[in-house]
Amino acid sequence: MTNTPAKPKSIYEFANPMQFERVATRAFPLAVIAAMVLAGFGLYFALFNSPTDYQQGHTVRIMYVHVPAAWMALACYTVMAIASAAGFIWKHPLADVAAKETAPIGAGFTFLALVTGSLWGKPMWGAWWAWDARLTSVLILFFLYLGYMALWQSIPDKARAARLAAILAIVGFINVPIIKFSVEWWNSLHQPASVLRADGPTIHPAMLTPLFLMIGAYMCAYIAMLLPAMKNELLARRLVRAERASIAKPASLKTT
Amino acid sequence: MNRFIAIIARDMRLAFRAGGGALQAVSFFALTIVLFALAVGPELTLMARIGAPVLWTAALLATQISLEQIYRPDREDGSLDVLVETTDMLAVTAFAKAIAHWLSTGLLLIAVTPILALFLNLEGGALWPLIISLLIGTPGLSLIGSFGAALTASLPRAGLLIAIIVSPLYAPILIFGSGAASAGAAGDPQYSANLMLLGAASLFTVAVSPLASAAALRFNLD
Repeated sequence: MTNTPAKPKSIYEFANPMQFERVATRAFPLAVIAAMVLAGFGLYFALFNSPTDYQQGHTVRIMYVHVPAAWMALACYTVMAIASAAGFIWKHPLADVAAKETAPIGAGFTFLALVTGSLWGKPMWGAWWAWDARLTSVLILFFLYLGYMALWQSIPDKARAARLAAILAIVGFINVPIIKFSVEWWNSLHQPASVLRADGPTIHPAMLTPLFLMIGAYMCAYIAMLLPAMKNELLARRLVRAERASIAKPASLKTT
Repeated sequence: MNRFIAIIARDMRLAFRAGGGALQAVSFFALTIVLFALAVGPELTLMARIGAPVLWTAALLATQISLEQIYRPDREDGSLDVLVETTDMLAVTAFAKAIAHWLSTGLLLIAVTPILALFLNLEGGALWPLIISLLIGTPGLSLIGSFGAALTASLPRAGLLIAIIVSPLYAPILIFGSGAASAGAAGDPQYSANLMLLGAASLFTVAVSPLASAAALRFNLD
């Protein structure tokens, strides 16, 4: 018998908060380095070594920061819903913490997608904002994130907040495709064909390389932001428990 | 079934009593329309064009006024414990509560809509599509709203929080409801398509909201 923890034999052992903290401590620098390297190469290809669009010129390069952000906005909501479902079914605190800490990061990506979309829209559409179907549904997604975060903040009891926020995340997740389709139809019913032209025949392979590199960079950045946030939340909870225990002890000593 | 009707009757009685909030929603609805008209100016042709979407938005906001009253008072006086403990199908109870909310809010709003529509210069052909779309859409609003109320049943002042949570979920119903009302007023063939999509969105909330509300209520007991 040694004091070092046994190598995890199943995925469930990663669910142990202590085991998680050890893995997170080791994985964090790797995620940071991976994000920086991928972003470095990705930005080099995106800014200097990719073709300009025959219509959009250099403006097309906004795509390399915009598309991964929009993609991560949806991916984070999916992660949040899956973690919520796991937390709801197995009542595991780690899943609750993952869902909770994913929300602000996802909201950040959603905000980034909206801002870069708006910056892209100005030269392309001549306006900072167009009620384009995709922009509008991403905006509603942003408000879904805000509602989820507001619910977490309003309920003082963390265990109860986790269960209720999980229900909201799952209901929101079911609604995302419905909102998406309704906004698309709203757009086609009220306006002439979308301002965004169809995405061209096929995207040039030289554009795909930086796009995939940037998506990889964004994913690593997400992990690099999520792990310390989860560790902090777990520490904060332990601190609350320790405080409660230290308050309870002297009182019980006095009575004896 | 008896229980279902009893819950609806009880909530209706409570809603129309002093402090019940049913009449507050109607007053809020009417005032929103008046304030809107003051902001736009007395141009009747413009009002006729945007009247249906404005009435839809005002109705949507007005249904949110009394959402807080669905579960919070019941939880405070302990009757929510009784409601939860005495049934195996809490979802049916949640459905009854949502229907009671619609009867005491949505239906009242629809009842005063013809008068407010006159203020906005909507008449004859434009009125019926508006009423029909509200009749199909507002039950969905009550169902989504009651889910928000169930989530926040244990919080003392949750009115604004409920609005923040449920408003994004209202988007499809507002889009199809307002779209149907406008298309119907213009004699657009999109009218029936919008109406059917609105019905689909409302029916979907019937499937999801009672179950989700029931799950939320169980975690809101002490």
